[in-house]
Amino acid sequence: MPDLNPITAWRRMLAAPNDSRGKMLAMAFLVSAASALAVSSAAVLLGPRLDSNRAAERQARLEALLADLPALADLLAETGADGLDIVVADLETGTRADVDPSAFDPEALDEEQISALPPEEDIAGIGTRPDLAQFYVARDGSDIAAVILPVYGQGYQSVIRGYLALEGDLNTVAGLTITEQGETPGLGANIESPSWQAQWPGTQLLGPDGEIRVAVVRGGAQNEYEVDAITGATRTSNGVQNMVRFWIGPEGFGPVLDALGEGRL
Amino acid sequence: MTELFLRAVFADNLILSFFLGVCTFLAVSKRVETAVGLGLAITAILTVTVPVNQLIFTHLLKPGAWDWLGADIDLTFLRLIAFIGVIAAMVQVLEMTLDRFVPRLYAALGIYLPLITVNCAILGGSLFMAERSYDFTESIVFGFGSGVGWALAIIALAAIRERLAYADVPAGLRGLGITFIVTGLMSMGFTAFGSIAGQ
Amino acid sequence: MTSSLSHITGPILRDNPVTVQILGICSALAVTTSMTTAATMCVALTGVLVAASGVISLIRRHIPGQIRLILQITIIAALVIVADLLLQAYAFAISERLSIFVSLIVTNCIVLGRAEAFAMSHPPFPSMLDALGNGLGYSAVLLIVAFARELFGQGTLFGATVFQTVTDGGWYEPWSFMLLAPSAFVLLGLLVWAIRAWQTAQAEPDPTPVRAEGETP
Repeated sequence: MPDLNPITAWRRMLAAPNDSRGKMLAMAFLVSAASALAVSSAAVLLGPRLDSNRAAERQARLEALLADLPALADLLAETGADGLDIVVADLETGTRADVDPSAFDPEALDEEQISALPPEEDIAGIGTRPDLAQFYVARDGSDIAAVILPVYGQGYQSVIRGYLALEGDLNTVAGLTITEQGETPGLGANIESPSWQAQWPGTQLLGPDGEIRVAVVRGGAQNEYEVDAITGATRTSNGVQNMVRFWIGPEGFGPVLDALGEGRL
Repeated sequence: MTELFLRAVFADNLILSFFLGVCTFLAVSKRVETAVGLGLAITAILTVTVPVNQLIFTHLLKPGAWDWLGADIDLTFLRLIAFIGVIAAMVQVLEMTLDRFVPRLYAALGIYLPLITVNCAILGGSLFMAERSYDFTESIVFGFGSGVGWALAIIALAAIRERLAYADVPAGLRGLGITFIVTGLMSMGFTAFGSIAGQ
Repeated sequence: MTSSLSHITGPILRDNPVTVQILGICSALAVTTSMTTAATMCVALTGVLVAASGVISLIRRHIPGQIRLILQITIIAALVIVADLLLQAYAFAISERLSIFVSLIVTNCIVLGRAEAFAMSHPPFPSMLDALGNGLGYSAVLLIVAFARELFGQGTLFGATVFQTVTDGGWYEPWSFMLLAPSAFVLLGLLVWAIRAWQTAQAEPDPTPVRAEGETP
């Protein structure tokens, strides 16, 4: 009759020669189980904290962006907290999606609500794009005072995330803020610095014929469509440029901006 | 695709701009012959592991990968363990395949293969793939390009070190010290490629 | 006591894992553009190293030889993931900057190297001391390189201004070469030189040319 007492089985396992097959399996199993337990409990215990960290960071940056736009801050102060309308839009059609904005979770979209981007259109290097996206509209009466779009794209060694604020004409940048990035400290990471971001307000996105002209250029901005790149961080600068171009373009918020401009949204 | 390849070889060279695999790079660059062998082995493994890890990452680990089951599971935190497992397994498979079908190449590469499991360049390649969300084809191109870039750098360094044996180097700088400085100079050269590819 | 102490002090200077044994430099260089990231990396690596050595040494008598490496890697990988999650939870901004380099501690040769060379054959306490010493040795090199790179590259230390830069109305023109990859290699080369000029025993002998017979240079 096999001995089923766990303590004796444990002792026997420990006493077995190290190279016996049984012990090898037992050790492999025990080590994997212990590691799996450690990793998953850390992930589960720290999970809420991680999520709240990310959300807090985003919220803080959004508030900082709002505070940097004096006109918008005044407007919000006048109209109260409801002045900023949270919209969830369908990026394909440029229409309001049938979703409650307060319950909208971009992480929880179904697979059919995420579109793969063909490489030639994926200038921001993000691979896929959700069909539904949340953004903010501030209205002054019935006129649009500002639009704030969340944007993200591939930088040099990390994904860059931020918010792009547009003025009521939907063509002038009111501000760009970077909320998350892991670029080279002292070089690419300077996209987070206020002095670099200060170049963005006033920049024009589209040329007279509606073509996307905004660019981050090396060697000094020449006109109202250009912003100075960071010396020594060409790739990060290009990443920011492509991120902005992608999200205002036809695969990004383009249809939504058109709809806003025509007063359909 | 060509741009991605060139970028992986030159501008985003794993050793010279991201410092991945430097330990092996310095230890096995004394002779051109061995450097070529190691370079080939790394290229082969990177070309195989990056796409395989891409499949595993997209279909098993990424948030949304299990949606068809109706479950909302995010296993991203397991990617490190999964990648290492795949790399170790792939190295083993490659070792057996080479042994069976190309014994000559196996004899040449044999000793380096086990070393590769713990090479930062291999794991770094897969991690960058996940971070930059490459698709399957891009992963193949990126894996192969990174491997070629790594091989190019180690072969060049080995060639320089063979010549360096004849140079009159100050005592304290001999060996490791001068190798670091030479690598720094090479890295500077590759940085110049970066501003070309970046445009 | 003296021997315990030597477990710690040895690897910092005499037997430094980075400058003498050429181990674990991969990650050591990429995160040295600022003191903050370098210091965080040092804490993470030292923590993982000490924990891994402790655990491996604790079960060393029961590790079957054939699956030794894979078991060690599994333990290390689990510890690294926990460390990475901890960083993301309690030092979110910095963990963003460290990008993939925390994960790469797994393949850091120091961790596996110490497990294999020391922890497998010594009891837990000395193993952990040895790990601590090696962690500190690695940290010393990292912090020296980061010190030079951040100070000369940005005029700051731990983000606090030391040299007022020209853009902020000061006198210092940042030397942006220090922030690029090549500078890390060159600095490490100079550091090795400095250590070996002082500790002459570490200097390498004049290499005899490695060349097959009959070949001409």
